[in-house]
Formats: sequence, C-alpha cells, structure tokens
Amino acid sequence: MKPKGIAAAIIGGCFMIHAPAWAESPSQAAMLSNTCAGCHGTNGTSAGPSMPTIAGMPESYLLESMKKFKSGERPSSIMGRLAKAYSDEEIKMVADFFAKHPFGREKQEVDAAKVAIGKQIHDQRCKKCHMDNGRDSEDSGILAGQWKEYLTISMSEFRSGKRKMPEKMAEKVEGEGKLTPEEVEAIIHFYASQQ
Amino acid sequence: MNRRNFIQLAGIAAGLSMTSFSIIARAGEVLPKKGRRVVVVGGGYGGTIVSKYIRMSDPSIEVVMIERNKTFVSCPFSNLVIGGSRDLKDNMITYDNLAAKHGIQVVYDEVTGIDVAAKQVRVGAGTISYDRLVLSPGIDFRFDELEGYDPIETPKYMPHAWKAGEQTLRLRKQLVDMADGGTVVLSVPVTPFRCPPGPYERISQIAWHLKNHKPKSKLIVLDANPDIVSKGPLFRKAWEKHYKGIIEFNAANKVSKVDHKAMSVDTGVEEIKGAVINVVPPQKAGAVAYMAGVVGEDKKWCPVNQVTFESTLVPNVHVIGDACSAGAMPKSGYSANSQAKVCALNVVQLMNGKELIPPSHVNVCYSYVTDKEAISVSAVYKVAEGKTIAVPNSGGVSPDLSELEGVYAHSWIKNILHEMSS
Repeated sequence: MKPKGIAAAIIGGCFMIHAPAWAESPSQAAMLSNTCAGCHGTNGTSAGPSMPTIAGMPESYLLESMKKFKSGERPSSIMGRLAKAYSDEEIKMVADFFAKHPFGREKQEVDAAKVAIGKQIHDQRCKKCHMDNGRDSEDSGILAGQWKEYLTISMSEFRSGKRKMPEKMAEKVEGEGKLTPEEVEAIIHFYASQQ
Repeated sequence: MNRRNFIQLAGIAAGLSMTSFSIIARAGEVLPKKGRRVVVVGGGYGGTIVSKYIRMSDPSIEVVMIERNKTFVSCPFSNLVIGGSRDLKDNMITYDNLAAKHGIQVVYDEVTGIDVAAKQVRVGAGTISYDRLVLSPGIDFRFDELEGYDPIETPKYMPHAWKAGEQTLRLRKQLVDMADGGTVVLSVPVTPFRCPPGPYERISQIAWHLKNHKPKSKLIVLDANPDIVSKGPLFRKAWEKHYKGIIEFNAANKVSKVDHKAMSVDTGVEEIKGAVINVVPPQKAGAVAYMAGVVGEDKKWCPVNQVTFESTLVPNVHVIGDACSAGAMPKSGYSANSQAKVCALNVVQLMNGKELIPPSHVNVCYSYVTDKEAISVSAVYKVAEGKTIAVPNSGGVSPDLSELEGVYAHSWIKNILHEMSS
C-alpha cells in the first residue's frame, strides 16, 4: 500500500503545480465568452492568422466593435450574424472578460526591411494614437503582435471603404502623402514583429 | 499434441486468465481517487474541452480523460483530404499539453463497462471511480438498417469515412485510382446525423476532384432526405457554378441495401453500380452511451438536461457532443466544443453546491465548395423553458460563396484544434 500512497501524493502534487494560472470560477461572463474561443482561441488569444486576438483589448474598443458588427456598420462574415444575438448588457460582460485577459503573442514571419520602413511610418504618423509601438491605446485595437493576415484584411476593408476609418486615421492614411500599398504592408510587418 | 493434452492446456490457460482477471479485480482502481473527481470518456471535440475547462474553472477537481487513441483525427476538414487539397496529418492532435499544462490525467485505454450504481468506469487495466462522469463518445453506426452491410468487410470496399482516419485515406485513394469515366456513388442517411452540411461538402469535394482529374466521370448522389439538409441554396449555387454536368443529385432516394462484392447499392426502386461508392450509414450514439444506459426511448440518442447536460435517465452521468440531443443545435464539432464548456461550468457549479449558470452556445460550420471557396452557417443558442433554441433574428448563412470565408475557415480549424490540444 505504501508505494501506492506515495504515487498518489506525487500525482496530487502535480495537480498543484499544473493548476493553470488563469483559473477563474464559473460566471455568466465566462459562460458567454467561452463560446468565442472556438474561433478566437482560449481566453481570446488566437492561433489562426485571420482571426484577431481579442484578449487584452481595451474594453471600449471591444464594445464599440461589437456594436458596429451588430448594426452592420463594420463588415464581417460571421461576427455580425452572431453579434445580433447578444444584448448590450451581454456584450459589456464579454468585452470586460476579454479586456482582463493578457494579449498572447506568437512569433510571426516578418521581413526585416519592411519592419524598418514600417517603424519609420509608425513614428511619423501612427504613434500618437497607437502608443508604445501599438501595444497600448485608449480606444483603438492593440496592433502590436496582432496577426499579419488579420491586419491585412482589416486594412483592405478600410482602404476599399467597406469599413469606415476614424477621422484621425483617415487623415494619416489617405490624407497628405497618402500611404502606398507597400507602405501599408510595411506597417503591418512592423506591428506583427512586436513581441 | 493429443486431444487430452490440448484439453489440459486449455484448462490451464483458462485458469490463468481467470487468475489474472481476479488480480485485476483486486487491484481495483487504476488511479486511486485523491479528491473530487470527474471522469471524461472520449478525447474529441467535446471530451478535450470539457476536461480542460473543468480544470481551468476549478483546479481542485481531478479530471481523468479516457481515450483509446493516442492521436485524434478531426472530421471537420477531412473532406478537403478527400478532395485532395489537405494532408490528413494537419487534422491530427495529441493530448500531451492537456496533461502537462492542465494536469488532466489521460488514460489511453478502452472502456469495457460502466457501473453507474458504483460510479465506476471499467477499462482494460482495471476500474476508475468518479463523482461525475462526462461521456463524449461521438457516433456509432446503425449498420443493421442497411441490408447486406458487413461492418468489417463492407467499409474495406465502400469506406464511409464518417469517422476521420484510415477510411478517409482509403476513399481518397479510390478516387485517385479510379479510371476517368468511372461513376462515383454517394449516399446520405436520414437526419439526424453527424455534421448536417458534411455530406454536401463531401459531394463538392469529390466533384472538385472529378472536375480537375476525371473530367469524364460523374457523381450520383442518393439522399434519403426530402432535400439538402443544410445550406441548400448555397450548395446548389456552388454546384451550378462549378460542377454543372458532374453531380446528379437525387433527393428522397434512401439506400436500403448494399453489395460490396458487386459494388452496388439499392434504393428498393433501383440498383446502382459505382466504381467508387461512399455509403454514409445512419447513425446513433457511441457505444459507451449504451454501456451507461443513457440512450433514450428512440434507442439512438441521449436525452439530457439542457442546462447541465446531465442524463435525464441516469444521475451523475453527463452526455455532450454528437451523442446527445441538444434541441436546435446541430451535431457538429463546434456544437460539441460549446456544449463541453456549458457542461464544464455547470458541473463545477454542481460539485461546489453553487447556482447553475444559464447556458450560452455558439455554433459555426464552414463548408468548402472548392479547394478555396467556402460557405458558412452560424447561430447562438440559449435555453428557454428547458429547451435549447436558436436566438431569434441572429445567425444564418453566408450571403454567398467566397474565398474570404475559406480564409476564415482555415483559421477556425487552427484555433479549435489548438484549443483542444493546448
């Protein structure tokens, strides 16, 4: 019996060590938000390059995005159809849930020359709102470490007019010295390179 | 060896096997219980997620997940393997991270019995006790409804490939090896079955292969249902756009008889021969559901409480995924993922004596109609008056076929498989 007891104690010990750091008790917010992970990854960090990581985004940005998906103002394939099912109160709980989780970053393939050009453009035009190399923001999405493919889809939606740019962004992207497609690609590489 | 020696040897062998059996019986528990424990049977779309989310929600609860295979092969995206644009290896995951990161005890063994009174699952190596049991066994087949179908022999000639793996590759090989001009026959069973749009995605993928590699061939579809079961107008649009003259779709044609030696199927009206035949058999809950006595009056699926997924027939046994009946939710991978999370949270609440949380589910199903273009259907589900219903005025199908849907679908499979294996 003795060895068995020791084995069991070791297993017990493993449980303690491996208890996930983000363990959180069941709640209505978790119930609503867990379903998003099928596409956006566990707790909002995505493993698929066309699906954005939504963890760690400012709550205001998540709220605003879901409202725009719901009204159809922001184009989407699936998100708009699903957003219509949630009340404003539920959307608030989901936004709060993901805002609290850390934004996970995976290493992406980037071109060093493009990253360098992107950094220059960022410094000249973007850093006032997309602070700390796109890591921080008051009400826009976090760009640092976001998936390249998602950012590319987003920028093409913005530039084709399918998605409305905020006024300040329009000024910097389409205003004086309008960005070329190559410059936009460089900025995307820069943000994707941020770890 | 003379006859007497043989009998003696046989007696010794029988004696030995009885002895070894009683040693196992005495050995009892494979993993002695330390505290409160949930045992999960099945490591697919439902089982992995319920295990992980219980541990994420309350690490003081032990989770033992029993699964017979070391590698899981995803059914979603396996139709692309049949069409030739995906490697089956990309559909595979293992359970190493679930054990390492979440402390889930993964037992690779076959469940041979369930004693719901003693709250024990019997596996090859002994017994495993539980406080609550979650079954996520997927599907088995009602082969007996197809005259002439031999469960072992028939799939060697006519693979169903409705569980991804060896049969997926066999069907792919048959399509590659077939002479140009050969006829492919595919039959769809009566609903409900695993993955409502699945047969129609497969039809599209086979047609894509024929169009590109066997232009003289055609595909005859025999569908037991009155019409395409899911995303009908979009599939028809895709077939019209890409596969005109290749697909012959026959609704309300139920295959009742198969003959794998003659390579033919019979609808009772007509016998149809094919060079490649893909009979998707009618389905029922996976075998372990029957062991636990949780299959309902229809003798096919498991009725469950829609808030907790606890069986309405056997207490402390929960059933999720394809095997259970969950109101308006389709039998899909995403549904199983969603049900697993609802079940996990409310199992934790039950074990902690806390109030149940009203369920919220999502289902998203993408189907590829070529190697790149896809269509989708999505919905949010809630429980009203004990029934799972789709939230009105939301969800629905994609407006059209598009490559962008295909791009999103690709990220979906990455995320959902990653969630199950990390």
